[in-house]
Amino acid sequence: MQVDTNYLSDLKSKAGKALEKKAVLGPDIDISRYARLVERGKIESLEGLSHQMKEAAVMAGINIKEELRSGSYMQIDRSVVYESLNKAYEGQLEIMNITDALTKYDWLKDYYWKAVQVDQDKYTAHVEMNMTHGYFIRVFPHQKPQFPVQSCLLVAENNVSQNVHNIIIVEEGAELQVITGCTLAKQEAEGVHLGVSEFYVKKGGKLFFTMIHNWAENFHVRPRTGIIIEEEGAFINNYVLLKPVKSIQAFPVAYLKGERSSAKFNTIVLGLRDSYIDLGAKIILDGRDARGESITRTIAADESITYARGDLVAKTTGYCLAHLDCRGIVLSNKAKIFAIPELASEGSLKAELSHEASIGPIAEEQVEYLMSRGISRDDAISAITSGFLNLDIPYIPDFLDKNIKEVIKATAADVL
Amino acid sequence: MQEMLKVQDLWVSAGNRQVLKGINFIMNFGEIHVLFGPNGAGKTSFMMTLMGFPKYRVEQGKIFFKGEDITSNDIHERARLGMGISFQRPPTVRGITLRKIIEIITGNGLHKENINESVKTLNLSGHLDRGLNDGFSGGEMKRSELLQLMVQKPDMVLIDEPESGVDIENIALVGEAINTLLGKARVKDPSRGALIITHTGYILDYVNADKGYIIVDGNLVCGGNPRDILSEIKKHGYRRCMECR
Repeated sequence: MQVDTNYLSDLKSKAGKALEKKAVLGPDIDISRYARLVERGKIESLEGLSHQMKEAAVMAGINIKEELRSGSYMQIDRSVVYESLNKAYEGQLEIMNITDALTKYDWLKDYYWKAVQVDQDKYTAHVEMNMTHGYFIRVFPHQKPQFPVQSCLLVAENNVSQNVHNIIIVEEGAELQVITGCTLAKQEAEGVHLGVSEFYVKKGGKLFFTMIHNWAENFHVRPRTGIIIEEEGAFINNYVLLKPVKSIQAFPVAYLKGERSSAKFNTIVLGLRDSYIDLGAKIILDGRDARGESITRTIAADESITYARGDLVAKTTGYCLAHLDCRGIVLSNKAKIFAIPELASEGSLKAELSHEASIGPIAEEQVEYLMSRGISRDDAISAITSGFLNLDIPYIPDFLDKNIKEVIKATAADVL
Repeated sequence: MQEMLKVQDLWVSAGNRQVLKGINFIMNFGEIHVLFGPNGAGKTSFMMTLMGFPKYRVEQGKIFFKGEDITSNDIHERARLGMGISFQRPPTVRGITLRKIIEIITGNGLHKENINESVKTLNLSGHLDRGLNDGFSGGEMKRSELLQLMVQKPDMVLIDEPESGVDIENIALVGEAINTLLGKARVKDPSRGALIITHTGYILDYVNADKGYIIVDGNLVCGGNPRDILSEIKKHGYRRCMECR
């Protein structure tokens, strides 16, 4: 079938006009510095990755043996190197790169750039003008694959701009879990990751999305995410950032369009070295009886700067309920946390919006309390910080969970 | 009888205030001692100093536990040597559940048996997955403290005002739990000991204490049969104790 791609030229035209449009938040990045082209061939399995890449992928939550996974997608720099669907799940979902999906499905025009504006800023425009693939995952109506799909977006070379466009569609009554690891194989690499993600949760569908970001000190990151949730649909987002990053700015927006739709964001951030971190979530409550929640836990160490944002906007004429919970611990006298909760009701007479935000040190009283139970000081701090970060993330492998706790323990013990 | 705890000429300050002024104290294995005293007399300061809380600075004197000088040991070292404490007002630790702290304590090589039974007896089944002391009532806090100590199994337990904030109905439960903790429900356990701070003395109806002391202005001013002391306090308050000095 010949796919009509005329709409793409309109999008390109719009994007072209926004290539110099600075983003509202975060330091401006000169993308032209990261123009290196590196093409890579396909691999037969994730075992075919180099040792260094494997290690980076594993630390970002990827299961190399693909055990307990319904499928895998892997991209290195600008190339798609691996796409695989576990045979047991054929007929339940499909996984492919977005470039192939756009040529395969005419109807994708109804989803492509419909949850994120192509001309939102120079980063969205750049992704459209210079797209380097991204994943397309669709789970078919009423299918509920038992295990998560894993995707890994890895940067292995210097001066690369990885410009991905991802789309996930959870069809009516379906459920899907996705673990995405975005990471670097070279810790000293300079570069930028621009990731546009558009997620669609149809009536009664559920999407559990976990993203682990492991970047490094010379790397910029600008994700742009929009999620549209229909009637009784649910979106649960876990985001973890525990490594340094040059700068990251993201402010995903969940549109609760349908009645009784819901969105929950759980954001865990450890600010290290001179990282500039500006993260948050916006929930727009359009549907009657919609529910939203955004929980952010931030620990700021070294000279890091973290903005923890939250924005709830009630638009429905019916009842809706949403809450922001934003807490931070500052571990260094050179670190900064800015907690910025915003609530807005646009004529939504029955909306109940609330927030609580707090920033403070680790309470010595709590540390000593645990010590009185025979727990060492380091273990007490680790337990309190892990508990504070609320690390009960579903589908994270045990070793990774352990690793996250060890990173926190080492960092907290160093700076206290 | 062997000494479990020995305190020699203990002078302690907290902030700019002298809170203990030359305390001498001995508790033998298997004994339960009770500490009375007016508000601000130094009861809690004494207990916190014994447990090693750094806010309480030892300026002079020594503390021996089971024959070992622990004066400069930190809190967790003292706990591992066999000391445990039930706080009057424990802090809230939202991120750690009661279940989690029990797991952490048992992970330290301590025993796990009978926990389910203790949880049930202490009526804490519904609290295991809640943040530690988060929204707990006074009685729930005390029961949670005692449950943690049952898992920790200290040789010497320091209990700060077990009755405060506890309704009459729950005092019996707390009293029984203390007896269980001390292995004294049936037969006296010669390996354990306790120091209990009490304001009201209600706990004496449940716990068979051996000795009582009154602390006034940072000094232990008299000692004797705990029931006699309590009855004296009930009759005359602490006025006579002041004169006793």
